[in-house]
Amino acid sequence: MTTARIDATHRARGRSPQRRVPLRPARRIIPYLFLGTLVVYFLTPIWWLFVASTKNVTGLFDGSAGALWFDKTFALGANLSELFTYDGGIYLRWLGNSLFYALVGGLGATVLAVLAGYGFAKYRIWGRNFFFALLLGSVMVPLTALVIPTFVLLSGLKLTDTIWAVILPSLLNPFGVYLMQVYTADAVPDELLDAARVDGAGEFRTFFRVALPQLRPAFITVMLLSVVASWNNYFLPLAMLSNTNLFPITVGLGLWQGQASANNSGGHSLWGLIIVGSLVSVIPLVIAFLSMQRYWRGGLAVGALK
Amino acid sequence: MSHGSALSATSQPSRTGSQGPAGRGGSLRRRSATGWLFIAPFAVVYLLFLVAPLAYAFYLSLFSKGLATGTIFAGLGNYATAFTDPAFLSGVWFVLKFAVVLIPVQMAISLAVALVLDAITTRFARFARLMVFLPYAIPAVIGALMWGFLYSPTFGPLQQLFNVFGGQAPFLLGPSHVFGGLMNVVIWQWAGYYMIIIYAALQGIDTSIYEAARIDGASSWQLAFRIKVPLVSSALVLILVFALIGTLQFFTEPQILRLVSNGTITPEFTPNIYAYTQAFSYANFNYASAISFALGIVVFIAVYVFLFFTRKRGSFLS
Repeated sequence: MTTARIDATHRARGRSPQRRVPLRPARRIIPYLFLGTLVVYFLTPIWWLFVASTKNVTGLFDGSAGALWFDKTFALGANLSELFTYDGGIYLRWLGNSLFYALVGGLGATVLAVLAGYGFAKYRIWGRNFFFALLLGSVMVPLTALVIPTFVLLSGLKLTDTIWAVILPSLLNPFGVYLMQVYTADAVPDELLDAARVDGAGEFRTFFRVALPQLRPAFITVMLLSVVASWNNYFLPLAMLSNTNLFPITVGLGLWQGQASANNSGGHSLWGLIIVGSLVSVIPLVIAFLSMQRYWRGGLAVGALK
Repeated sequence: MSHGSALSATSQPSRTGSQGPAGRGGSLRRRSATGWLFIAPFAVVYLLFLVAPLAYAFYLSLFSKGLATGTIFAGLGNYATAFTDPAFLSGVWFVLKFAVVLIPVQMAISLAVALVLDAITTRFARFARLMVFLPYAIPAVIGALMWGFLYSPTFGPLQQLFNVFGGQAPFLLGPSHVFGGLMNVVIWQWAGYYMIIIYAALQGIDTSIYEAARIDGASSWQLAFRIKVPLVSSALVLILVFALIGTLQFFTEPQILRLVSNGTITPEFTPNIYAYTQAFSYANFNYASAISFALGIVVFIAVYVFLFFTRKRGSFLS
């Protein structure tokens, strides 16, 4: 009996979907009902977004099919071409800006985090404990509280309303440094670094050739987290930018929403654009997450386990 | 383990690196300068975009600007104004209430999903895991826009559902429902992210513990609540801290939904919206800085006190 139980636990933890000890049917169904309900809840807004993107303006506001089903007219193509040409194709520009800010800001933040995490983990530096405590403390400073003072500082340097006003502040990622420190401390053995040093490799060569390859999973995780944070950012670009040509997609769609709400009758077609624009804007990140699953799933646990 | 080296590297309780390796201290100390070279790029960004804005915000907050008086030194006057300003206080009160109600609900959902997903490993469970996590990949602006449409009395599905029964759907952004309406948006957006963090921690537990508990006759419920939950408590503390920081600086969702809420969400709805309005609608940067700085300090102290009372050896911030 005991062995059968152990076997069942083993199997339950991922090696086979079948359990040797059958559960009572009710107990088997309840978790699935629970998960099924949640899947419906989490997918409903996305399903609605897709359905609404296929409707023309009349269908959107007085469609007979209801909000959660398709109309007779399937206008996704027409909506997309209107989206990409409206106001001189400003939407594509916003999408490109978002991509640029997210990649440059995210990659920059990740590189800084990897270097600093390695420095904290593998060097006995002067004042290490104090500065690391300071770093952890700053994880708790709400970043949006920095937006307005940063705006005032950058406007003194005439840097507001430029791409730098969005990119430079997003290089700051104290939590990323913390994650990299934790990961580096365990994943890169000191013996390996010492061996490389004995072989005559300099400190930077040791880092690039020996340590960096070991840090790849954590690098990708911190990169994903930083890219998502930059991609999602709203308050910072909203405060920094006034030139619509520099807007990322979040601020751009917010702008359209403001115009559509202010102009109740003529705003109808703009609502349609906001809907199809939202749909298009979620696609890149959803694809990135689905294709990089095995990295973020493991990597997200790094901080949680400590 | 299916998710590879990321977990196995950290699942050992070793803290060698963070204490500094013993024994080779002499040679490593000589490398202190090199260590600082690795940290320097981050340190520059840290000084420029964290220390400097905070210091400057504090400096700005000590002055006030009047039409007649010009800019004058006000000492802590702005803070005295803020903490007696009903608009600021109502925002603070709202985010505190919101945090107290939202965070337990959100954590209970994330924990329940993570425990179920840890216990069953069918194809459907893997699919459900991805779907629950999916909203994390969607910007909060888009999430708020979508829910704004779904709540809409003109073309949202809620009203259509109520039309079938000839009823009037509640407007979830109206004065009496806005709390729940916003809570739903935030749970939808973030529960999956928190779930993944707990789930990853659960997957990192050594399964031999479960076998031992089973031999001792533990039921699935006991296994979940007596063994799994205590073992992932540091993950729970971590997400609680994230949720607390996120909620107290609540901005994006109410700011986006403000326009479609017919005036329920006011320009002083949360402290951050109020600071934004003071800065960019009234050009009152001194007062806005005081609010930002006060908010930062309040959040910092709240989180620090919380961590102090929940700390345990070997966890975040100990």
